[in-house]
Amino acid sequence: MMETLFYLAAVVALAATGLALTRANAAHALIYLIVSLLAVAVTFFLMGAPFAAALEIVIYAGAIMVLFVFVIMMLNVGEEGITREREWLSGRNWIVPGLLAALLLLELVIALRHAPTTTAGVDVTPKAVGLTLFGPYVLAVEIASMLLLSGLVGAYHLGRRFIVRRERRGGAS
Amino acid sequence: MSELDTIGFGLFIIVAAVGGAAVLTWFERRLLGVWQDRYGPNRLGPFGAFQVLADMLKLLNKHDWVPPFADRAVFVFAPTAIVVAMLLSFAVVPFGPDLYILDINIGLLFFLGMTSLAVYSVLLGGLASNNKYALLGGLRSAAQMVSYEVFMGLSLMGVVMLSGSFSLRDIVEAQRDLWFCVPQFIGLFTFMIAGIAESHRLPFDLPEAEHELTAGFHTEYGGMKFAMFMLGEYLGLLLICCMITTLFFGGWLGPWLPPILWFSLKVFALICFFVLLRAAIPRPRYDQLMALGWKVMLPLTLLNLVLTGAIALLLEGV
Repeated sequence: MMETLFYLAAVVALAATGLALTRANAAHALIYLIVSLLAVAVTFFLMGAPFAAALEIVIYAGAIMVLFVFVIMMLNVGEEGITREREWLSGRNWIVPGLLAALLLLELVIALRHAPTTTAGVDVTPKAVGLTLFGPYVLAVEIASMLLLSGLVGAYHLGRRFIVRRERRGGAS
Repeated sequence: MSELDTIGFGLFIIVAAVGGAAVLTWFERRLLGVWQDRYGPNRLGPFGAFQVLADMLKLLNKHDWVPPFADRAVFVFAPTAIVVAMLLSFAVVPFGPDLYILDINIGLLFFLGMTSLAVYSVLLGGLASNNKYALLGGLRSAAQMVSYEVFMGLSLMGVVMLSGSFSLRDIVEAQRDLWFCVPQFIGLFTFMIAGIAESHRLPFDLPEAEHELTAGFHTEYGGMKFAMFMLGEYLGLLLICCMITTLFFGGWLGPWLPPILWFSLKVFALICFFVLLRAAIPRPRYDQLMALGWKVMLPLTLLNLVLTGAIALLLEGV
């Protein structure tokens, strides 16, 4: 039962990702990408990693993809964007990325064949994830937080300069 | 509960939630009338209660129209997303000690995930309408909901710390001695504000502010598609009240009365409070709303998190 569900979710993920790659309309492509992320969350859940599944939905599908759609809305590309995208997606442009992706797939298949054991069936609770993160991997957490902080400071700086410049221009006129 | 019972209960919850949301539209208008010194809908049936049926008939009779300039598939899909996400969230709400559909150790995260998916409804609705007002409404709501989601999750972490679990049943059980609204009053306050902003109700309904954006993201929607947006909004209100009850007011816990009755009473009181907020508080300006989110609410939740952690550690050390 679980196995069937797993393969079903995997097929959905693959199909949605394929469609996300080939759509000319950016908004449609993003919707397929969201579906693909949700399907990946389901596979995580079925493999016994509910915490990873929940984070996949909350962070990737629920926050990062929202920002992607946000950008699409800001740009508001419209019809000419779709025709341009269609040109880019046609014929020869597929060859090199296709080859590279095939190489990666081959590597993945070989690696999976030699993988020692599978982790399927072991239930990983949120508590276990937390203990691992703040135990042996605390350095990675600190580095990630540092990166996020620098991003925050950078965004603050960019936003601030813009406001000051606008105010000065307003004062001069 | 057996598997069949669970499925039956799930269907019952869906019907009850949708029906409850429909009745809520009438109830809210009547209650607003009381607080604003006017009548509200009082013509049809006892106390105007049949107004719901009349509204439903009217919406069903409307021409199901998709504007020719809209992105058809996305336009039709958008209103369903919010209803599906909201209904799915009810799966993790424990209505009583044995009355629940799903008890998983990520219950709270499931709820947060579903509310974050509900954003798409508004976003895609605004994008697919291909209309300036709808687009602006969608953009506003995206910014508003993503900003308020940040501390919505954070405001609940104090509750998780005190109860030591993401499972909503464990969280209710942990409140046997003291409801979390007392030690987590900052969390309650911030979660409530975030909840209103997430369901974009007045006073935080800037994505659809009619005096600036005609109707925001659902400008182009009519008939049952528009009704789906409204249904999603009222389901959101119901869900937020259920969650506040579960997380901060001891869920089904209470003396004398049966558990489900306690739960319903608490949810009912919270709904009345939310309607009162709508009746009493004016709409802020959009930049004020964003500033409130990032400059007041977010630091407040972080402070709450640090204090809760420190006190929990101190108590554990003693």
